[in-house]
Amino acid sequence: MIKIKELHKSYTMGQNTLYVLKGIDFDVREGEMVAIMGSSGSGKSTLLNILGMLDTADSGTYILDSNPIKELDETKAAIYRNKFLGFVFQSFNLISYKTALENVMLPLYYQKVNRKERQARAQNFLEQVGLGPWASHHPNELSGGQKQRVAIARALVSEPKVLLADEPTGALDSKTSYELMDVLQKINDTGITLLIVTHEEDIAKMCKRIVHLRDGVIVEDKKVKQVRASSYVE
Amino acid sequence: MWNRDRWQEMFYTLRKNKLRTTLSGFTVAMGIFIFVLLFGFGNGLKNSFQEFFMDDSTNTVWLYPGQTEKPYRGFKAKRRIIFKNDDLVDIQQNFPFFIEYLTPRISRGALVKRGKESNNYTIRAVAPGHQYAEKTIITNGRYINEADVQNKTKFATIGRLVENDLFGDKPSIGQQIDVGGISFKVVGVFKDDGGDNEERLIYIPYTTRQRLEKSNDRIDQIIVAFRPELGYAGALALEKKLNAFMRKKHNIAPNDRSGIYVRNVAADLKETQQFAGVLQWVVFFIGIGTLLAGIIGISNIMVFVVKERTKELGIRKAIGATPKSVIGMILHESVFITTIAGYVGLLAGVGTLSLIGDSLEEFFIINPYISTNTAVIATLILILFGAIAGYIPARRAAKIKPIIALRDE
Ligand SMILES: Nc1ncnc2c1ncn2[C@@H]1O[C@H](COP(=O)(O)OP(=O)(O)OP(=O)(O)O)[C@@H](O)[C@H]1O
Ligand SMILES: [Mg+2]
Repeated sequence: MIKIKELHKSYTMGQNTLYVLKGIDFDVREGEMVAIMGSSGSGKSTLLNILGMLDTADSGTYILDSNPIKELDETKAAIYRNKFLGFVFQSFNLISYKTALENVMLPLYYQKVNRKERQARAQNFLEQVGLGPWASHHPNELSGGQKQRVAIARALVSEPKVLLADEPTGALDSKTSYELMDVLQKINDTGITLLIVTHEEDIAKMCKRIVHLRDGVIVEDKKVKQVRASSYVE
Repeated sequence: MWNRDRWQEMFYTLRKNKLRTTLSGFTVAMGIFIFVLLFGFGNGLKNSFQEFFMDDSTNTVWLYPGQTEKPYRGFKAKRRIIFKNDDLVDIQQNFPFFIEYLTPRISRGALVKRGKESNNYTIRAVAPGHQYAEKTIITNGRYINEADVQNKTKFATIGRLVENDLFGDKPSIGQQIDVGGISFKVVGVFKDDGGDNEERLIYIPYTTRQRLEKSNDRIDQIIVAFRPELGYAGALALEKKLNAFMRKKHNIAPNDRSGIYVRNVAADLKETQQFAGVLQWVVFFIGIGTLLAGIIGISNIMVFVVKERTKELGIRKAIGATPKSVIGMILHESVFITTIAGYVGLLAGVGTLSLIGDSLEEFFIINPYISTNTAVIATLILILFGAIAGYIPARRAAKIKPIIALRDE
C-alpha cells in the first residue's frame, strides 16, 4: 500500500538548514494500523504530511498503491488526496461556517457527487461515528471529541484506502480518546489502512504496529498485540 | 459555470460570510457610483460650457470702431472712427460672394415702461440678419424685418423675461410699451439659449434708432456673417480682407492696431473647441482615475479575502480540491459580487444624477448625464479587473502546498 525509500526532508530558515527526515525506509501493507511515535520535533508530523501529500519530500521515493508519487502536479495530487487518502488533524481543521454535515459532504463535492447523494452518504458516516443527531451543528457548538469525529467522518466519506491521523487524540481527555480509538479500530476492521501519530503509549498499543522515530530516522519498528479500546469504553 | 451545485455552494458561502460579501460588494458599488457621478458632473460642466459659448452663430466677423493711434495721410492721431450706413453698403458690394448677411448693432440702455411696470433694459437696434447672428428664437410674433428697417417703424421684439417683467401672464403682442419716452408696439417675443441676460433685451430697427437720434446714420458695430462653406481658412482670409478694406476706407494706417477692432468668431470657436476638447480629456481622466481607484480597491479586498480564506483553502485542498476548482470558486464569487454590486452602483449613480441633476445649475453643471455605453463599459471594466484582481491571489493560493495553507492562522 505504502512504500517509501531513502526519504529526506529539510527546512531552510535563513542561513540554517534543519534536517528533519534523514533517510526513512518504511513499508505499510493494506489493512495495517500503524502508530508513529517519537519525541516532540522528531519529524512525525513531517513524515505524515508527506505521506498524506500535503507536503513534498526533498528526495527519496514514495509509492502509494503502486503509483509512484514523484513531483506530481497539483491537480493529480488533489485527486489522490481526494480518492486514496483521508487526513485527520490534531486541530480538526473543520470549516467553521459549515455545519457538521456540510463539512462531511465537502470531499464528495470535489468528486462531483450530486447534492442529494452527498447528503445521504455524509449523514451515514456521521452516524457511524455516533454523531447523527449533531449533523446540523456548527463546529463551535461541538466538543473536541465530537469535532474530531466529524473530521474522521469527513476523512472517511470519500472511502479512502489510507487514513492518516496526526495526534487525533492530542486535544482530547483519555476517556474521549479511547472512544475515538474505538471508532478508529472499527474503521481499521473494515480494511482501511491506518497511520496514527501519537505521543501516548496507551494509544500506540491500540494499534497493530509501532514505529519509533528519533533524529529523523526509524530506530524501532515492532508488531504489537492490539489492545481493543472497546474494553475501556462503557 | 452553469453547474447548479457550484452556484449553490457559492450562494451558501456568500450568505455565511456576510461581512466579507458586503464589504467587497460595497467597494465595487461605491466605485461605480462615484464614477457615474463624476462622469455625469464632467459632462454637465461640458454642457454648461457649450451653452455659454456656443449659443451664437459661429460664422461671423465683428467689426468695432475705435480710436487711431497713429497719424496717417494728413489725419491726426487719436481720431475717433465712426461707422455709418454707407459702410454696410460698401461691405455688401465689395464682398458679395462671401457674405451671407450683414447687420449693424446700436446698443442703448433705456427705462422701459408698461402700465405700472417699468425696468431698465438694453435696447439693440439691428437689421433682420441679427436674428441669425445671435441665434435668437422667436416664440411668438416675429423678428424685426426689412420693411421695418425701410419704414423706420416703432416696432419692438422683446425678450421672454422682458415680457415676463412687463406683462406677466398677459399677451404682449400688439401692445404698446414706452421705451425711453417713445412708444413702441411689440411685434414679437423671443427666447435665447445664452442665459437670462440674453432674454432681457429688446430689438428695434436700426433705422428707427438713427431717426430718434437726430436722423444721423451712425452705427456702433457691424456683424458680418460669411458663408459657412468658406471654412476656417476662408474665414481668416475674409477677416483680413475686411479689415484692410475698412482701414483703407477710413484712412487708418495699416499698422495701427487701434482704429478698428475685428473679432472673428470662427477663430474664437477654434479656441473654444480646443478648450472643450481639454474639458473632455479632464472628464475622461476623472473617469479613468475613479475606475483605477475602484480597481485598486477591489484588488486590495480580493487579496484580503483570499488571505483571510487561506486556511479554508488549505482544508479544501487537503480533502481534494484541485487548483482549478479553488481558482474557479474564488473567481465565481468575485465576478458574481462585482456584477451585482456594479449594477447596483450603476443604478444608484444614474438615479442620483437624475434626482439632483437639475439642482446643480448654479455650480455650472447642466444636465449631467452618462451615456449607457460609458456606464456599462465602465462596469464591465470593473468586473473584468475584479476578476483579474481575484485571479492573481487565487492562483497563488491554489499553488501553495496545502500544509502551508493549513498552518495559516
Ligand atoms: N515549516 C517548517 N519550517 C521550519 N521548520 C519546521 C517546519 N515544520 C517543522 N519544522 C521543524 O521540523 C522538526 C520536526 O517537526 P515535526 O512537526 O515533524 O515534529 P513532530 O515530531 O510532529 O513534533 P510534535 O510531536 O511536537 O508534533 C521540528 O524541529 C520543527 O521545528
Ligand atoms: Mg506533530
